[in-house]
Amino acid sequence: MGASLRELRQRRKSVTATKKITRAMELIASSRVLKAQQAAARTLPYTRELNRAVSAVATYSRTDHPLTRPQADKPRRVAVVFITSDRGMNGAYSSNVIKMVSQMRERLDAEGIEMVRYAVGRKGIGYLSYRGMDMAASWSGFSDSPTYDRAVDIADRLVEDFLRPYEEGGVDEIWTIYTRMESMLSQTPRARRVLPLEVVQGVHEVSGEELLPLYEFEPSPEAVLDRLLPLYVRSRIWFYLLQSAASQLASQQKAMKAATDNAQQLIEGLTRAANQARQAEITQEISEIVGGASALADLTQDQN
Amino acid sequence: MAQLRVEVVAAEGIAWEGDALSVIARTSEGDIGIMPNHEPLLATLSPCAAEILTVDGNREVVAVDGGFISVADNRVSVLSPMARVAAEIDLKAAEHELAAAEKRLNEGEIDEQTRHHYLRAHAQLKAARMAHGH
Repeated sequence: MGASLRELRQRRKSVTATKKITRAMELIASSRVLKAQQAAARTLPYTRELNRAVSAVATYSRTDHPLTRPQADKPRRVAVVFITSDRGMNGAYSSNVIKMVSQMRERLDAEGIEMVRYAVGRKGIGYLSYRGMDMAASWSGFSDSPTYDRAVDIADRLVEDFLRPYEEGGVDEIWTIYTRMESMLSQTPRARRVLPLEVVQGVHEVSGEELLPLYEFEPSPEAVLDRLLPLYVRSRIWFYLLQSAASQLASQQKAMKAATDNAQQLIEGLTRAANQARQAEITQEISEIVGGASALADLTQDQN
Repeated sequence: MAQLRVEVVAAEGIAWEGDALSVIARTSEGDIGIMPNHEPLLATLSPCAAEILTVDGNREVVAVDGGFISVADNRVSVLSPMARVAAEIDLKAAEHELAAAEKRLNEGEIDEQTRHHYLRAHAQLKAARMAHGH
């Protein structure tokens, strides 16, 4: 009996230590998710101005540009960039993204389109290398606090691969799978096409609400567009990285909250079991003593 | 009197916003001064130290890293992947960065990125000097 009591107490101690850790992680994640959301909100003016500029050029000149032009009537090779986390402990965050990549893969396979993978985040890289699947490029080490420079690295590589002809290993379309931060409670993985760009959409949006002024372009509309579009791609990637970072932290907070609650329940159960074991032990000791005493009493009575 | 509403927007957030009397920046075609009632303009910027003369007579200097300037209806927005207000730039760090970029250039690394780093560092240093020197 003594052994089981000790065992129960030991387990309770270890669960309590685990609970402290998950609780700390929950608190850290909740403070960081706020920061990540603020960082994402701070980029909105930049995105807005960029969209306005693209719409302005699109309205007053042709938007035919290598980055807006489909490479082929039907895509033959499609690149998929998927954003996962660097570390675990954030629930189903990474596996949801990976699941979506597999779904996309099935769909592309059915249409006979080749798929090239670009992994962002250690979990995604690990998933691919464990299964021996190859990837065109990978980036990691910044999943919870991305910087703009990283977005530039990724975007420039994508643009380069998009502009390379198909015959030399280039891709016809580029999709990103990221996790959209709907709210603190829900984050959903989404697939969005990055390239070729769809400029036409922006024109409709703007012309609906406000009339764009007749801009003078310097040096020329084409040169402006040339400079704008790469920035636009970078800003898309930057947006996806920030959304994913916020989602990752929110998902971590949720997972750690669940872990803390579970640990609390376990502790309660173990405490109850330990108390019961202690009671049983005491009862047994008492009954042993009483039994022993009465046996002794019987013995002395018999002798008298 | 007409004023300009100026916004300097960087990828990581708004670097500066406020009302101004004039804005001077360097486009890829040369320096440009924007006064109120300027015609609508959309121009590409070179890495430079943009000067903003605010309504209260102060001069704000912002180092920008390429990007665009757009003007319409007395609203000026300077859009740059990276923009820093001169007062926030550390003069020593900027000098150091410029020296490092210069060294790389002299070592023959004349690719687009190094050149860009050099120009960016130069713009920052210029902005910091303008802000500290006066």
